[in-house]
Amino acid sequence: MGRDTAEAVASEAPSLIVRGLRKCFGERVAVRDVSFEVKRGELLAIIGPNGAGKTTLLSMLAGIRVPDDGTVRQQGPNADRRIGWVPQQTAVYSKLTVAQNLRLFARLEKVEDLDAVVERMLEQTALSERADDELGSLSGGNRQRVNIAVGLLADPPVLLLDEPSGALDPRQRQRLWSFITSLTDRGTSVLFATHDISEAERHAHRVLVLADGELLFNGSPAELHAVSGEAPGVDMEQAFVAFLATKGH
Amino acid sequence: MRWLLLKDLQILWRSKLLLGLLIVYPIAIATLMGFALSSGPEKPRVAFLNEVPENRGTIRLGSQKLDIKTYTNTLFTAIDRVAVENRDEALQKVRSGAVLAALIIPPDFTQKLSNSGFSGASVEVVYNGDALKQSFVRSTISSKLAQADAALAKAVNKLGSGYIDVILEGGQLDILGTQLKILGLERSKTAIDRVMADSPSAATRRRLGPVQNFAELAVANAGRAKDLLDTVEKPVAVTETVLSGRRTPLDTFAVAVAVTVSLMFVCVLLASGLLALEREENTFSRLARGLVTGGRLLAEKIVLAAACAFAVSLTMLIGVSLFVPLDWSRAGLWVIALAGGSLAFAALGVAIGSLAREVRAASLLAFLLSLPLAFLALVPSGGVSPLLYDVIQVISAIFPFKPSLDAVNAAVNSSQPGVLQSLAHLAVLVVAFGTAARLGLRRFVQ
Repeated sequence: MGRDTAEAVASEAPSLIVRGLRKCFGERVAVRDVSFEVKRGELLAIIGPNGAGKTTLLSMLAGIRVPDDGTVRQQGPNADRRIGWVPQQTAVYSKLTVAQNLRLFARLEKVEDLDAVVERMLEQTALSERADDELGSLSGGNRQRVNIAVGLLADPPVLLLDEPSGALDPRQRQRLWSFITSLTDRGTSVLFATHDISEAERHAHRVLVLADGELLFNGSPAELHAVSGEAPGVDMEQAFVAFLATKGH
Repeated sequence: MRWLLLKDLQILWRSKLLLGLLIVYPIAIATLMGFALSSGPEKPRVAFLNEVPENRGTIRLGSQKLDIKTYTNTLFTAIDRVAVENRDEALQKVRSGAVLAALIIPPDFTQKLSNSGFSGASVEVVYNGDALKQSFVRSTISSKLAQADAALAKAVNKLGSGYIDVILEGGQLDILGTQLKILGLERSKTAIDRVMADSPSAATRRRLGPVQNFAELAVANAGRAKDLLDTVEKPVAVTETVLSGRRTPLDTFAVAVAVTVSLMFVCVLLASGLLALEREENTFSRLARGLVTGGRLLAEKIVLAAACAFAVSLTMLIGVSLFVPLDWSRAGLWVIALAGGSLAFAALGVAIGSLAREVRAASLLAFLLSLPLAFLALVPSGGVSPLLYDVIQVISAIFPFKPSLDAVNAAVNSSQPGVLQSLAHLAVLVVAFGTAARLGLRRFVQ
């Protein structure tokens, strides 16, 4: 249901426009002239083999790395707000409590109603009861929830997640995707990088396939399946591997 | 087991920095210890200037002549003599650190020894630097001067004893080239005793009585004069001249060293650890996306580490003042010197922190780097070869320990270089290490 709603919202103008993005590390080209757009409320998966350039692409969109060439532009409502960023590894202070971490990053993000935002994030992540626990004492899954919550503190119009469900058990994964879907329902554009092709197929409206820094495909999961040349009943992961093979990867 | 061994060797081989440290660090420490043990007080390089004219090179004591070389040769066994032409050259060599000190024998040295009965003769020792160097000079040069004095005193004793023997027993005495025959106190007393035994008149007995008593007392006590001669230990005085600043007591210099070492460790360990923590916790990537600029992040770490280290070291200085008398009127300068030193150490700390991926590695690196720097800064001039000393000076100048020690020492002991000069040096280092840390931050997101 969330996906249908989001698709309806995603029909609006793009909230993120990426043009000719390029990044080199010495001689190696990590991201090669990548261009795409993300519509408001759209859930976009970036998939590709290891070393494809997914994390480098996301880190350029997040403003952590400076691209060698190309532009990243936000537009639409709240376009002046920073893009939300949830890195693959938890990026929070293990010696601070859950609430202290949220409060610190909320202050740095300059959110207006600090207490209300922290309270809301504690509720959304179902960590209200652990608010005063040191982060280092939490399980990997709970740490990842705080990690995601920090990325959402400023209510960003675009949210980037790098391998968001890697450390989560199936129940936590389900809760995560439910939460992300609720974000896209409210108009937040979400891009996530993942190895998990079935997860991309299940949740994403659109997938970008990256290999060796090159954008090979930009379309819906069904379209990817179609261009792979595999039979309709074939597993999406198999279709993805077949597609890469057709592109020489 | 061999596969585990192979695996660990492969890991070591790939950890180039660790491997380099494992090899270079012990060599560096061993070299430093080697210098400290082998080239210290044994033969310090000392500029020597003999201003006594060639034709006045002997000390005349009655009929005896002592060559001044008797005195100076004793000194030369203890020092690595650097001959200089004049006083200016001697002072220049001390100032430049080419020699540890200068030993100057003034032109009137032999004249004063000959004429004034050893009360007015002196040699001059000129030195420079901090209390450690001053103490080093005093403990080595002065002890050798004392040996030379003892040798001179021995010669004087021998001569004096000869005179006393002649006065007591009689014999030939050379006075200004004229040979005089001396009867001697013992023979004089015998002669008087004989006259008194011949029953002279009462008037003669009355007149000779006091002379007989004197001769008896003189014979009985003249031998004690030889004992008194043995107490002549320092016929030559030593005049000490400090080229710049003032003489620094070793205990207050030790306070400056202790406070600076504490300042260094607290500051460098804290600053490096605080910055490395951002990388270890992966939070830098979050902060770097516009929440905090790299410059602000570094400034925050520097200020925090510097403030903590400043508080610790100032408390330490105040605590030490309970046991070692310090000049409280200079407390304002203590604060300024400690503040300057802590900022420079913190800048070095963040530069180290920007190289490490985790807090433990940063702490280890900070410790490994700081310790030899402190050692190096305390190597005295003249204790090693001039070339090596120049190298040490350059290394000490590009890290904050030496200028911080100079600043604290100047604040506590009014030594040279002054607080302002050291603070200017530290300000340059803050900028340099801050810039290095800023460049190092680029590695955080790679």
